Amino acid sequence: MIVSVWEWLVDPASWSGPGGILAQSLAHLRYSFIALLVAALVAVPVGLWVGHTGRGRWLAVNIAGAFRAIPSLGVLFVAVLLLLPRLRGELAFELPALIVLVLLAVPPILSGTYAGVQATDPAARDAARGMGMTGAQVLRQVEVPGAMPLIMSGLRAAMLQIIGTATIAAVVGMGGLGRFLIDGQASRDYAQMAGGALVVAALALAVDQALALVQRALVSPGLSTASAR
Amino acid sequence: MIRFESVTKRYADGTVAVDGLDLEVPGGGITVLVGPSGCGKTTSLRMINRMVEPSSGRILIHDRDVADRPPAQLRRSIGYVIQHAGLFPHRTVLANVMTVPRLLGWDRGRARAAAMESLEKVGLTADQARRYPTQLSGGQQQRVGVARALASGPEVVLMDEPFSAVDPIVRAELQDEVRRLQRELGITVVLVTHDIDEALSLGDMVAVMRQGGHLAQFAHPAELLAEPADDFVATFVGRDRGYRALGFVDVAVTPSPVLTARLGESVPAGTGWVLAVDEVGAPIGWADATGWGGPLTDSRLHRLGTLAPAGASARTLLDAVLSSPSRRGVVVEDGRVVGTVGADEVLRALGTLR
Repeated sequence: MIVSVWEWLVDPASWSGPGGILAQSLAHLRYSFIALLVAALVAVPVGLWVGHTGRGRWLAVNIAGAFRAIPSLGVLFVAVLLLLPRLRGELAFELPALIVLVLLAVPPILSGTYAGVQATDPAARDAARGMGMTGAQVLRQVEVPGAMPLIMSGLRAAMLQIIGTATIAAVVGMGGLGRFLIDGQASRDYAQMAGGALVVAALALAVDQALALVQRALVSPGLSTASAR
Repeated sequence: MIRFESVTKRYADGTVAVDGLDLEVPGGGITVLVGPSGCGKTTSLRMINRMVEPSSGRILIHDRDVADRPPAQLRRSIGYVIQHAGLFPHRTVLANVMTVPRLLGWDRGRARAAAMESLEKVGLTADQARRYPTQLSGGQQQRVGVARALASGPEVVLMDEPFSAVDPIVRAELQDEVRRLQRELGITVVLVTHDIDEALSLGDMVAVMRQGGHLAQFAHPAELLAEPADDFVATFVGRDRGYRALGFVDVAVTPSPVLTARLGESVPAGTGWVLAVDEVGAPIGWADATGWGGPLTDSRLHRLGTLAPAGASARTLLDAVLSSPSRRGVVVEDGRVVGTVGADEVLRALGTLR
């Protein structure tokens, strides 16, 4: 078993071509980053608003919780059924898959963002206002930089889930690394299935490491030093 | 200079934090608002820069109603120091201090220069300016807080319990620092504290407030101690207010000469207490040459008491006497021994005053 998985992984034929590992990885990454971007565009502003104003916290917590409980596969099928008559071509399948991934990614980003903003030292916030910062300046100059570690953790957690779950795009006939799982199962090629799963895991770890580098660049050293002089 | 005109702050739930406060804070000095928790002192302070809006009445700075200016603009013109410094952890010390100059629209170079100058004033180095707040001690962070409030050269500085979170030794240092800065810059400082000792030692004028936001007394510290307006003030300033009041009393006591000796010098037995001094005449310890005589050594020395600078208050003089092993208080000028005083001389001088 292990030997056959290994053989599949090292076989150049598995990697090349339109259905190869490289091409599918790229497709997988493309879905994943689009989903992360859309989720962030929704969740970060909402999280900032909730954290800054303290309003709607109850709503944010509950929405985040409810989203987590949504079964991905169920949403996927419902979305396909609803959108299929209205859309044409690839988009009819691609969009449902993206919706699933976005729904999945919103909760960790939302809670990370608002928790980060909310965790701002009250003294720093008071000082910022007392020195004459407007609400927007407090948010931009004090709360967002302070929340950056938690915002980034939220994004990374979301991305790990997205990459893992993006495999379900293959269920509705789309590309991505999920193809190896679905096709492997269909043809009882377990080496391909296991190999595909390993590639998904490796991709998730690699992307997480890349995001860790982004986090290093975005988070002020003053927040991570606890600290050696 | 800062005038409260029947200022009241009533919250929506009916709580009255400040009740009809009339107060005239003089310009160019330290005015302390002091009182137990819930007396409205912090609320009063925060109404000056509109962090809290009064329910009625008005506050004027230089005869100008603070309500006439947009809050953010008003606050940029007033220094603000709070208990836990409230530094921005993601910014370096220098960037923290540059905050208000930048908000005022100064260019980066000018803001940086002003911030460096301000940091120097509070005794911080260029090396410390490059660090992040968490890399500094609590006392140093509070110094940064003060530097940040002074960076744009405000005329008025508000301080809300600025030294409550630091240890007593650092607190004393910071108090000296603020007093020195106030004198040097001629700024008007309004400071809130719950610590009556801090109020009395730091304030040029002290406003004692009581629960419910009433002003109990507004007076010079010496007057507060000598003539408390009512029982509340008398209790609040403390049981030993008679003794503490001596801190504001100057007495005419001429120090008597004292027998001094350097280490290694021989002291005859039966001389009594001898004050050991170093080469420049600074006191280093007392030696008891009553039943012993011989060359003076380190091991013979008793610890000095507190030292009274020439012209010190009756309290400082008496403390020097009481803490000295020889029961003679050492008076110094520029660090050198001038002479000593005894308790009886200080008390006699006090007697003639009253």
